[in-house]
Amino acid sequence: MSIATVRPDLPLAGINPVAKVAATIPLSIGLVLTLDPVSAGVAIVCELIVFTAVGLGPLLWSPRTLPVWIAAPLTGISMVLYGAPSGTTYWQFGLIEVSDGSIAIGLATMTRVIAIALPAVVLFLTIDPTDFADGLAQTLGLPARFVLGALAALRLVGSSIDDWRTLALARRARGVADKGVIRRSLGQAFALLVLAIRRGGTLATAMESRGFGAPGPRTWAREATFGAPEWRVIAVGCLVAVVSVSAAILTGAWNLVWS
Amino acid sequence: MTGGAIAASAPASIEARGWGWRHGGRRVPAVSGLDLRVAPGERVLLLGASGAGKSTLLHGLAGVLGGDDEGESLGELTIDGRPASAARGRSGLVLQDPDSQIVMARLGDDVAFGLENLGVPADEIWGRVGAALDAVGLRLPLEHSTAALSGGQRQRLALAGVLAMRPGLILLDEPTANLDPDGVHEVRDAVARVADETGATLVVIEHRVSVWMPVVDRVVVLGHGGVIADGSPDDVLVGQAASLRAAGVWLPSDVPWRAHPSTARGVEPLMTAHRLDVARVPGTPVQRGIDLRIDSGRVTAVTGPNGAGKSTLALTMAGLLRPDGGRLEPGAAMAGARGNEPWRWRSRDLLTRIGTVFQHPEHQFLMGSVLAELEVGPRALKMPPRERRERIEPLLTALRLEALTSANPFTLSGGEKRRLSVATVLATRPRMLVLDEPTFGQDANTWRELARLITDLRDDGVGVIAVTHDETFIDAVADTRFELSVDGDAAMSDAGGRGRSNAGGVSE
Repeated sequence: MSIATVRPDLPLAGINPVAKVAATIPLSIGLVLTLDPVSAGVAIVCELIVFTAVGLGPLLWSPRTLPVWIAAPLTGISMVLYGAPSGTTYWQFGLIEVSDGSIAIGLATMTRVIAIALPAVVLFLTIDPTDFADGLAQTLGLPARFVLGALAALRLVGSSIDDWRTLALARRARGVADKGVIRRSLGQAFALLVLAIRRGGTLATAMESRGFGAPGPRTWAREATFGAPEWRVIAVGCLVAVVSVSAAILTGAWNLVWS
Repeated sequence: MTGGAIAASAPASIEARGWGWRHGGRRVPAVSGLDLRVAPGERVLLLGASGAGKSTLLHGLAGVLGGDDEGESLGELTIDGRPASAARGRSGLVLQDPDSQIVMARLGDDVAFGLENLGVPADEIWGRVGAALDAVGLRLPLEHSTAALSGGQRQRLALAGVLAMRPGLILLDEPTANLDPDGVHEVRDAVARVADETGATLVVIEHRVSVWMPVVDRVVVLGHGGVIADGSPDDVLVGQAASLRAAGVWLPSDVPWRAHPSTARGVEPLMTAHRLDVARVPGTPVQRGIDLRIDSGRVTAVTGPNGAGKSTLALTMAGLLRPDGGRLEPGAAMAGARGNEPWRWRSRDLLTRIGTVFQHPEHQFLMGSVLAELEVGPRALKMPPRERRERIEPLLTALRLEALTSANPFTLSGGEKRRLSVATVLATRPRMLVLDEPTFGQDANTWRELARLITDLRDDGVGVIAVTHDETFIDAVADTRFELSVDGDAAMSDAGGRGRSNAGGVSE
């Protein structure tokens, strides 16, 4: 399954995933505090420059970021239609009121969604779930039992997709697939759950027989390092946040959401 | 990098004294009063009827039966004199299902998993991982995706995973039951090599004795009251042949049953494939240009290596998947007023035309009891209650399910599940029967019952298409053998069995 593998030759693939997640936090906080187009617009420009510079440009424009480019304008449009009105009103229909104010809010929202989601999607495409689990357990010290359990469960998602297909075929073969789509889907979902639990039970036995959950300290074959490259990634993340927020303050566009 | 690196652990001894185990919520213990000693380095084949507690013993030795909340332990079970439940790391367990034992996404990480759990220092881990992969003959990059491995490779990976932990005791629970013939030999040879190099004690459960005869030096037979036979393979298999057969054990060179020539009259084509392309996911065909005809009163075996598209072909012939190219033509008796495109037929229309038995019975169970499960098809056909009963009762008897009518299908044993999945399909009397690996992982008794049943149906004029790796089944039951290969060639020939004498006109 593609959800469990990442091309190891991608730029930043070797960086501790914890650092990549941490790097996106300052900007997210900054952009949530204010609702203006300048900060988010500057952030997007910075992101495009930074990702292109490190060689993630192709990923930026790949179909996998498409959801961001589709979802952002949609949220923007809904804000234009329903956002708090102010200034000149251009069009009104029932609850819909398009005004200077709602257009500004729509623009600010759309850029915000792009500025926050784009780096998240691009960076996550460079994160291997195994490395992420290593980072969560070793760098952040989350319990190994929990992290590795979740990681192993992730591997079962692929089998569950195959199961779902076969269950649908089997229901057709049993003569019960002509009507009652909703009820049948519920039954099928339940059957999928039963199969997943059984599979999970076998996996748990296999893991346990290999010493998982045994008392005593656990070691890590892949050491999750957190050194200069990781700090550099976080520094770049902070820099983008500072530049965006400064630009908004200097141009006077900064407006705290609660003011 | 050689055996020396994996041989550092001394072989373990096993002792059971009056040992037993009762699963929580069950009244009858799975095992009771078991006395058994296994000396270090012995290689034991563990046999017995299903339900004799072979797996329970193996899980007990692996220390994975769980605590007091999961069941009750009686007597003593020790490895090197210490309780088995406290001897984690001394034993390594390989299970039957190749799909549910892989923990990690990358080959090397998966082997390293057990070592990490045991607290082996990181700088020592990778050397041991390499040695273990070498020992099982898996020479692939450490980053290789575990999802891309074949069944045999997965089982060898599971073996490498336990081997890296340097267990003194290797436990194998039907490790080859779900593999094709190549996979079976791949895994068996890897186990033999590992046992030679490490000298570890070996306990293996397997129905098909011949596979393991070259590897083991002792055979232990479990019955409901403990060990019923124990000794060298020759002594036990010859001396106990009758009772072992009765227990469903598959003795070397045994063919449990052979079909007589078909007595079906008026053979007619039921489903014909013309240059058929088959695909599980539309647009990505796994096999192209197949010509195949399924006749009434004939058993056609579809065989070939994993990945050749056997199941996909069967599901397409069954009207469940849409052909990706070419043409599928139902016979006149099948199509009726429903048109010539089986995948467009209503689900209900399939019931009396094509019955499909899936590889894993769990996929096709819908209800909470065996009886309700059998009534699904007849109810969908709106049969009155009396007629439903008349259909179902003979099936219950024929497939020995009478005592289980109120049991939940998911709680049945492997053989019972298989019999039920066949019975549910037969309840609506389809003209054509599609079976996906009907004999997979079955003991000799269930095998014989299935073979008889399929032959009876054939004699009644049902056309059967069976996807199978089972050469014995092809030889003893099938009339026609249809072989698919990965590179897309297909060849049809007479099957080796007696059925062939009457198979004129089947081959094209």
